[in-house]
Amino acid sequence: METVIDLKDITKTYVMGMEDLTVLKGVSLTINRNEYVAIMGPSGSGKSTLMNIIGCLDTPTSGEYILSGQNVSDMDDQELAEVRNKEIGFVFQTFNLLARIDALHNVELPLVYSGMNKSDRIEKAENALINVGLEDRMTHKPNELSGGQRQRVAIARALVNNPAIILADEPTGNLDTKTGEEIMILFETLHAKGNTIILVTHEEDIAKHAHRIIKIRDGEIESDMPNANKIKKTEVTA
Amino acid sequence: MNFFLEIKESFAIALRAITANKLRSVLAALGIIIGITAVTIMQTAIEGINRAFNKSIEAVGADVLYVQKFEWFGKEDWNVYKNRKDITLANFNFIQRNIQSSSAMCPSVGSQRSLKYGDLDLENVFVIGSTDEYQATIGVNMSEGRFMTRRESDGGYPVVMIGADIKKAFFENVNPIGKIIKIGNYSFRVIGVVEKQGSLLGMSFDNRVIIPIDLFFKLFGTKRSLSINIKAADMHNLDETKEEVASLMRKTRKIPYGGRDDFGINQQEAFKSTYESLTGLIKVIGTMITMLALIVGSIGIANIMFVTVKERTKEIGIRKAIGAKRRTILMQFLIESVTICLLGGVIGLLISLPISLIINAFVLPTAIPLWIVALAIFISAFFGVLSGFFPAFQASKMDPVDALRYE
Repeated sequence: METVIDLKDITKTYVMGMEDLTVLKGVSLTINRNEYVAIMGPSGSGKSTLMNIIGCLDTPTSGEYILSGQNVSDMDDQELAEVRNKEIGFVFQTFNLLARIDALHNVELPLVYSGMNKSDRIEKAENALINVGLEDRMTHKPNELSGGQRQRVAIARALVNNPAIILADEPTGNLDTKTGEEIMILFETLHAKGNTIILVTHEEDIAKHAHRIIKIRDGEIESDMPNANKIKKTEVTA
Repeated sequence: MNFFLEIKESFAIALRAITANKLRSVLAALGIIIGITAVTIMQTAIEGINRAFNKSIEAVGADVLYVQKFEWFGKEDWNVYKNRKDITLANFNFIQRNIQSSSAMCPSVGSQRSLKYGDLDLENVFVIGSTDEYQATIGVNMSEGRFMTRRESDGGYPVVMIGADIKKAFFENVNPIGKIIKIGNYSFRVIGVVEKQGSLLGMSFDNRVIIPIDLFFKLFGTKRSLSINIKAADMHNLDETKEEVASLMRKTRKIPYGGRDDFGINQQEAFKSTYESLTGLIKVIGTMITMLALIVGSIGIANIMFVTVKERTKEIGIRKAIGAKRRTILMQFLIESVTICLLGGVIGLLISLPISLIINAFVLPTAIPLWIVALAIFISAFFGVLSGFFPAFQASKMDPVDALRYE
């Protein structure tokens, strides 16, 4: 199995006035290609900090992080931006689409930042939108789309650069149950197509879609287990 | 991401941001608009004054040297000038015999006289005595009739060429050619009218008449200093001609080696430098006022850009999360501020256009010089960078995690 994420003894300490606040206390973790992992934990557990480090939005205070064979733990801003662009597809709770541009241009944006030429960009962005079932919504702006559609646009944007991992932070948090289920089915499909998915959530219902569940508490991994009934189901269907 | 693509994308983003906040963008650009309008109108006015000046200075002739007793706009103490000898016909003849680098020359003298035609009177008309060579030397054109001939000049015939003002005063709707006018108590036959030449620093070139110099001496006395007018053979070698004339003058006036010139060699340039020092001052004051407007405008833009960056913190976070580098974000906001300023510049130019047309129609003939358009665009872009840099730098430095969390 090919390792995509390799975290070794990651710590993160924030300086809060006179005191140091250690949010992550030595987290070690490996995630392989085509895994579907949920990271769970209550608020204040260090779950968000861990997600930011995995997403290369933040750097660890100590420890080593290898992403797709590159040591990202001591990269500078410039290199991290490049890694985020090429290796990571973000899906956020609040969708985080740019309001002034239509769906197609939102999806195209990561390709703009990777310097792809216009015709290739449009083609790839269109394909990504077709993959999430939005072929007839390409020229709609975010405020002309429903919540579920917006999240699909965000997923298309995350997919468009063929990233090593898709990092989804509470992707159903702003959606009703039914739409949330649809989005989870979409993740299921993406996983089946070979994508590596990391889901960050505090909801059991959502986490149960993943094949492996990592629980964080007080800055440490509390448990890291396969999702028994998912594995069984897969075996049954296989 | 390559640089060109970056600029193109940033420009598209800037245009969307500006159209989303039209009123705010225009208000932000107000200082720049006023500054650009001010600089354009000022330059257009100066252009008009320049044109008027250049048109009138043509009458003096760019390639003509005027050897006279005194320098125009002489800056030295009166003591230097007071004992100078008159410029004589002997001086003229000596130069004419010996000069190499001149294509035409003539002597001239002048005096204020009153003119009479029938019951009409004109006071203080400048009467010039010269030769037939005057036309070729100074380069005057005739609007009617002709200039005097050599025979008329040498023979001292009572003929006169009148300036445009004289024609207007005496012969409004009459053909002046062949009419007899009186200069002082002497009668002259009008043989030509000199084309209108305008005025320079308040003195008119059209309130003049020209008569043969020999006759001038005979009627008005010989005890006067001449002007020796010399047209350079080659306009580009004017300085050489000037040197030759100076050395010939020194020889004919027997100035010892090391002695100071007791004559002045005048040329158009003297008017130009005096004029330029005058308009130079206007330019300096105008530029300072304009700069003030532009700096105030620049502060306005910087202020609005800080607000924009703050407002769009989330957007910056999103862009950074999906791979925008610091430089890309910096460029995006820098180009946005440059675009606002350029917009201000263009609006300023558009406001200037009708104003310049009004000036052209009612004050003096002028047009917005093309270089000022280029300069206005450049100034706008410059102030765009100046006022946008710190806000853009602040945006580029934002931490993506904090920016994404910003609501």
